[in-house]
Amino acid sequence: MTERFAGTDRYIATDDLMMAVNAAVTLGRPLLIKGEPGTGKTQLAQEIARALGKPMFEWHVKSTSKAQQGLYEYDAVSRLRDSQLGDARVHDIANYILKGSLWQAFESEVQPVLLIDEIDKADIEFPNDLLRELDRMEFYVYETRQLVKARNRPIIVITSNNEKELPDAFLRRCFFHYIRFPDEATMARIVEVHYPGLKKELLAEALGAFFQVRDTPGLKKKPSTSELLDWIKLLVAEDIDPAVLRSQDAKKTLPILHGALLKNEQDVHLFEQLVFLNRRVR
Amino acid sequence: MLVKFFFELRKGGVPVTLTEFLTLLEGLRAGVAWASAQEFYYLARTTLVKDERHYDRFDRVFAEIFNGAQKLFEEIVANVPAEWLQALAARTLSEEEKRKVEALGGWEKLLETLRKRLAEQKERHQGGNKWIGTQGTSPFGAYGYNPEGIRVGQSGSRNRRAVKVWDQREYRNFDDTVALGTRNMKLALRKLRKFAREGAQDQLDLDGTIDATARNAGLLDLKLVAERRNAVKVLLFLDVGGSMDDHIRVCEELFSAARSEFKHLQYFYFHNFLYESVWKDNRRRLAQVTPVAQILRTYGHDYRVIFVGDATMSPYEITQPGGSVEHWNKEAGAVWMGRMTATYPRLVWLNPEKRDRWEYTASVRITRELVDDRMFPVTIQGLDAAIGALRRPLGGARPGSQPGGELNPGHEPSPAY
Repeated sequence: MTERFAGTDRYIATDDLMMAVNAAVTLGRPLLIKGEPGTGKTQLAQEIARALGKPMFEWHVKSTSKAQQGLYEYDAVSRLRDSQLGDARVHDIANYILKGSLWQAFESEVQPVLLIDEIDKADIEFPNDLLRELDRMEFYVYETRQLVKARNRPIIVITSNNEKELPDAFLRRCFFHYIRFPDEATMARIVEVHYPGLKKELLAEALGAFFQVRDTPGLKKKPSTSELLDWIKLLVAEDIDPAVLRSQDAKKTLPILHGALLKNEQDVHLFEQLVFLNRRVR
Repeated sequence: MLVKFFFELRKGGVPVTLTEFLTLLEGLRAGVAWASAQEFYYLARTTLVKDERHYDRFDRVFAEIFNGAQKLFEEIVANVPAEWLQALAARTLSEEEKRKVEALGGWEKLLETLRKRLAEQKERHQGGNKWIGTQGTSPFGAYGYNPEGIRVGQSGSRNRRAVKVWDQREYRNFDDTVALGTRNMKLALRKLRKFAREGAQDQLDLDGTIDATARNAGLLDLKLVAERRNAVKVLLFLDVGGSMDDHIRVCEELFSAARSEFKHLQYFYFHNFLYESVWKDNRRRLAQVTPVAQILRTYGHDYRVIFVGDATMSPYEITQPGGSVEHWNKEAGAVWMGRMTATYPRLVWLNPEKRDRWEYTASVRITRELVDDRMFPVTIQGLDAAIGALRRPLGGARPGSQPGGELNPGHEPSPAY
């Protein structure tokens, strides 16, 4: 039986997230993580690697990424150049095979954690091209006629921002977890691990103000966990008195240092209008 | 019971396959979830559901099937043979925890107390739902109900909160029949992407170059290609004012999503229905109008057309010349719509009004007929269906083959188109 993941001193995992991670680790299936931006999807893989003491490989997917790049790339241009210059290396094609993250993870001596970040950014066919690789944990290098097999089945964490629907065949092979936005109690624990010993009052006031901002109807971009953490960092750095926040609580003015929470001029504007209306009512 | 669960899930609209079901069974055999309805719920959800939009459906089915299953788990735990528990605990407890156990009087005593506690709690549970509630401070909380030991050191409130997660239906919002936000819209519109290489050839075509060089006996022969761009062209017509005021927000979102998604996007505004002219700027709508005839001339039939409007008005505004509420229109709106559908075979009408209300409005029915039933609600499903209709390849209909509208056969098309 493998070790169990139960969150770390820097990362608070809910029960259902722990179950998803442990099930994926035990059964050797990739784990697909979705959720609002800023809820710690990417960080999860790093924390799994840290908690279980495993090496970590990252593959950040871009809109131009091809599935092949994660396996290996054949650097034809270098070889072409070398051939024109008469370099001796040109005779061995293996010199021009560049290993991708997946290959590196397959070669690891101990079981690694492989993060495939933002898989939805890539072309729609991208996940389909990885089906066999993720299933059998092996692939074939045509240039050198070599079969690469995983020494230890890596723990694969895949994140998605839901910009594209992923193909069914791919989903069927994954475990899935949706990180929902934390409630106030979980949020307090998250803040606690990031800023231990934060003044209780300040935390309570800040959380109250934060969830109030989040609940404002019509915001284009709701502030997320990572933005809350930034904001609290600023509050701590500026040594803000909790009493100041409380007066914001009554919606009289914009929350102090709101730039960390609201990332869109329309949102700031909307919030100002609401505050203004509120003041007139009072 | 699990097989029944599987079929109920499929009936409940969760797309579960046999492979996933077998994975769940594999997980159960591997002991990932053990003797707790809640853990089983989490495991089942992570293996069977692959989209947060289906979480809510899953929760509903789960609640239906497993109501009372928690009690079953308790009975199983109460009858567990001592050696089994001991073995499990020994495997999962740390040295420190084992020392703690010793301090409490060893395994025998501990198990005895545990059994007693279990019996007590079972009775209490039948009265209320505090089954886990008392556990927080108890030393048995370390491994009492969950011999895998993951609850060590967690607060009691957390367990209580989680007892019946599936009854809270927290994922209701993600169900895909609800109206959607910008991000979802972009997502839906993105399906309309069609990449094509157009314009200046300024990128190195590696494969082509290598191929050409090889054919050229190793002498470099560079090949260039144009960059891949989204080649879909869209005309967007938005209804403004009047009954559309209720839908401003959803239209704004659709508009901003469309703007960021398509490079070739032309948008126009109209009021209630399409007549001989539309406009691009709502503030100068009377001063600067674009004749629809000009649009029909300017944009080729490969453009896709999206109308957004509630199509709620008096039927005369569509069918009669002079029916417009704002000005005297020489030709009926239906005629103009007919020309639109004839020129642009790929045309849809998005209606922000709820679908179940469409039947009660005569003008919506007429509009639906005019656009060949290609009217869709502004929900994720509706948008998906609309995009599907827009994606179909160009058929036989060509501009000019059906001038005017079928609804008004007596009309003579003007020579401009």
